[in-house]
Amino acid sequence: MENILEVKNLNIDLITEKGNKKLIDNVSFNVGKKQSYGIVGESGCGKSITALAVMQLLSFPLKTSGGEINFHSEKESVNILSLKKNEIRKIRGKEISMIFQEPMTALDPIFTIERQIIEALKFHTDLNKKDMSDMALQMLKKVGIPRAEEILKEYPHQLSGGMLQRIMIAIALICKPKLLIADEPTTALDVTIQAQILDLMNELKTSFDTSIIMITHDLGVIAETCEKVAVFYAGQIVEETDVVTLFHNTAHPYTSGLLKAVTSLGDKSKNLFTIPGMVPAGGHMPKGCRFEERCNKKMKICKDKSPELIEIADGHKCRCWLYAESGDN
Amino acid sequence: MKNIIEILKGIINIIKQLLKDPIGRIGFIGVFIIVLLSIFAPKIAPYDITEMFTKSKLVSPNGEFIFGTDNFGRDVFSRIIYGAKVSLQVGIISVGISATFGYIFGIVAGYFEGVVDSIIMRFMDVLFAFPSILLALFIVSVLGPSLGNTMIAIGIVNTPVFTRTVRASVISVKSMEYITSAKSIGLKPINIILKHITPNILAPFTVQATLALSGAILTEASLSFLGLGIQPPDPSWGSMLSESRKYMERAPWLAIAPAVFIICTILSFNILGDSLRDVLDPKLKL
Amino acid sequence: MNNVLLEVENLKTYFPVKGGVLKKTTGYVHAVDDISFKVNKQETFALVGESGCGKSTTGRSLLRVIEPTSGKITFRNEDVIRLSKEEMRKKRKDMQLIFQNPYSSLNPRMTVNKLLSEPLRTHFSMSQKEIEEQILWVIDKVGLTKEQLDRYPHQFSGGQRQRISIARAIISKPSFVVADEPVSALDVSIQSQILNLLIELQKDLKLTYIFISHDLNVVRHISNSVAVMYLGRIVETGDTEQIYTSAMHPYTKALLSAVPSKDPLQKKKRIILKGDVPSPVNPPNGCPLNSRCESAMSICKEIRPELADMGNNHHVACHLYKE
Repeated sequence: MENILEVKNLNIDLITEKGNKKLIDNVSFNVGKKQSYGIVGESGCGKSITALAVMQLLSFPLKTSGGEINFHSEKESVNILSLKKNEIRKIRGKEISMIFQEPMTALDPIFTIERQIIEALKFHTDLNKKDMSDMALQMLKKVGIPRAEEILKEYPHQLSGGMLQRIMIAIALICKPKLLIADEPTTALDVTIQAQILDLMNELKTSFDTSIIMITHDLGVIAETCEKVAVFYAGQIVEETDVVTLFHNTAHPYTSGLLKAVTSLGDKSKNLFTIPGMVPAGGHMPKGCRFEERCNKKMKICKDKSPELIEIADGHKCRCWLYAESGDN
Repeated sequence: MKNIIEILKGIINIIKQLLKDPIGRIGFIGVFIIVLLSIFAPKIAPYDITEMFTKSKLVSPNGEFIFGTDNFGRDVFSRIIYGAKVSLQVGIISVGISATFGYIFGIVAGYFEGVVDSIIMRFMDVLFAFPSILLALFIVSVLGPSLGNTMIAIGIVNTPVFTRTVRASVISVKSMEYITSAKSIGLKPINIILKHITPNILAPFTVQATLALSGAILTEASLSFLGLGIQPPDPSWGSMLSESRKYMERAPWLAIAPAVFIICTILSFNILGDSLRDVLDPKLKL
Repeated sequence: MNNVLLEVENLKTYFPVKGGVLKKTTGYVHAVDDISFKVNKQETFALVGESGCGKSTTGRSLLRVIEPTSGKITFRNEDVIRLSKEEMRKKRKDMQLIFQNPYSSLNPRMTVNKLLSEPLRTHFSMSQKEIEEQILWVIDKVGLTKEQLDRYPHQFSGGQRQRISIARAIISKPSFVVADEPVSALDVSIQSQILNLLIELQKDLKLTYIFISHDLNVVRHISNSVAVMYLGRIVETGDTEQIYTSAMHPYTKALLSAVPSKDPLQKKKRIILKGDVPSPVNPPNGCPLNSRCESAMSICKEIRPELADMGNNHHVACHLYKE
């Protein structure tokens, strides 16, 4: 499969007075054309800042300190990290667009919905006003908004969270981007609305031929929407594989812990499966494996040496000493 | 007794932290010097403030008179030192008055809301509607010009500002879940106000107090400048500034000395207020 | 045998909507609109529903943190609504609340020690030594250490803060605790730690919980019985397993089907509800779900269905199940 996005050895630092803390440590992954790629992890694992780096939206005190993010559009291939501000602006919103967790705060309260949808078109196309309005209307209909004509003239506060998230999706897709980054798009929504939005995104992916990066903490969302998944833990990818393998042939103890914590819910006969302890704090990373302290399968080597992300089966990568060849060190 | 020791320990701790921050150090030392000046004024001042050296009127600064002398031949430096006492006294007492009333009104308005809130706030709006110097002028002219009345007037003028700050902070703190939590634990309203709301509005309150302190010193200066503040021959920085006006060209030091002291004092208090806010915030401690 | 600890009858909590310059009341938000249920001793009764359905308001009305408009709340043979403010305040040592957000529910200017001693000083006249003992007892129960007592809330992670909130709620040894989305703000791996803790404490201290949550998986795990709320009303209630295996109300069915699958190979067939929840200021006539329901009939627009007994303690408010 052709790739649309290749992230190579990405590093992101947090700049503090006491020196830089590495928040993202050599992360590499590829997103294929028309693929939906999931990034799953708990808060603070670095999944959202990775997405922001792809859009070159990191601001002080966050900074990329190495690596490449290669984006292959139809015309050309570029390393996003080396682009100038005016060059990245041409890509943002047109080639790559993003939707956020809080639709209520992501829209500007003083402009009508129509104006906010058209804004992207104005910047990236030379359509006239009538055409832009028509496109906005078409787009709203595509994302399943009832009374689309009226809603175009309304303001964000008049609409519910589910509706606003549909509008965010409409804005994100209006320029037919090649890549859509969705950062916890359904976390702030109710389950029944979440179901609507996830269905919509699955539909749109096929009708728009867009690749999607879905960032979430919810393995359920991953199971519903993604083809390939990377599991993040403390700024590193600990496992990467296709979604079925991830759920049925789990390799990394962290992933299986997360899955067990979710699936043991509802079985009252047993105690809930828990992963003890907490994620190590940024800047105080252990020398060995970052999950070692909480792992139920730890060995002697785990404390001393950090494992590499290695391919343990075709298309299945895992960062764990359990799968390392014995002669490897 | 145990409580007093604990409070003292707390204060010492706060000062220690203030001194750690270079900017806080400047503010603290500045204020500390002014306090020392006003306490030990009689010891520091080289001359009596009313003593007139008739042979050396309007002498420019020299070895004998550091800041020169005024039109009566009085030593400007000595008068500045005594003026510090007046300014500080006016500042602290008037801010004390407005802070106390502002805190009480603000807490009551913010915590209980409803009709009480409306009444208090409308009254404050009325006070607020007048330019502060005009209101102070009015109060002083009703009560008669004296140091005490100046302080009362400045206290009244500043009350609405405190009430507003306190009320706004109370309303925002009140919506925090830990207040609901305190209620659900069964705390009495008075304990919720004292233990949960007050510590959390302390930061804006302290900053407001230091700002008001410098404002009060300034208002006293203006009132004295207009002849309604402290009465001659007692010196205050404002009245000195006022008198200097006539000799601005012949003897600029008469204006410069009190002006510099007013600026430095206000600056010190503002800086102190800013760093105090940081020190009082437990989130910035590690 | 009377095994009921708390009985709620016809509880209503309305909030006035004020408009205009004169702040006239122009209408009411029907946040909790005539609900009744019973909670058995040492059991967990869950209130589930989506945001705005009134589950949190119900929980807070029970403790009178929000004053209910009308109804009867019988707790240990006493009507809580009739208590004076002062009597209610004293009652709170026996009825406690745990909050969703452990970041905002702890006073940032108090150390853990102060946070924990406060309920004791409020309700008991204990000596300093007794208070210290009780604090040591409670931190041991919730899994905190003695060294952490002098720290401030911001020095803890989300999960640890929630342990502090729980400690604060149980230190006065209440018999009844309303837990309002206690794990919703936490990461999955931490969420299960806290749920286990709540279950352990229930056994240990003979607690009765009202567990408020939007997360159906969590509710299934922790509760004995469930009430599903929609627009301020209970639409279905019964024993947990019964509701999860044989839900009857169209809303409950949709809600259950909307929960994301835990397995990419088994994609569920979803019942997607159309549109959004109507405004609680002007709830629709008839059944509150009628505009979104797939099986809506003409009667649903006119008459509001009452909760009807389906046997085995299972109650449903839907015209589909009426003779």
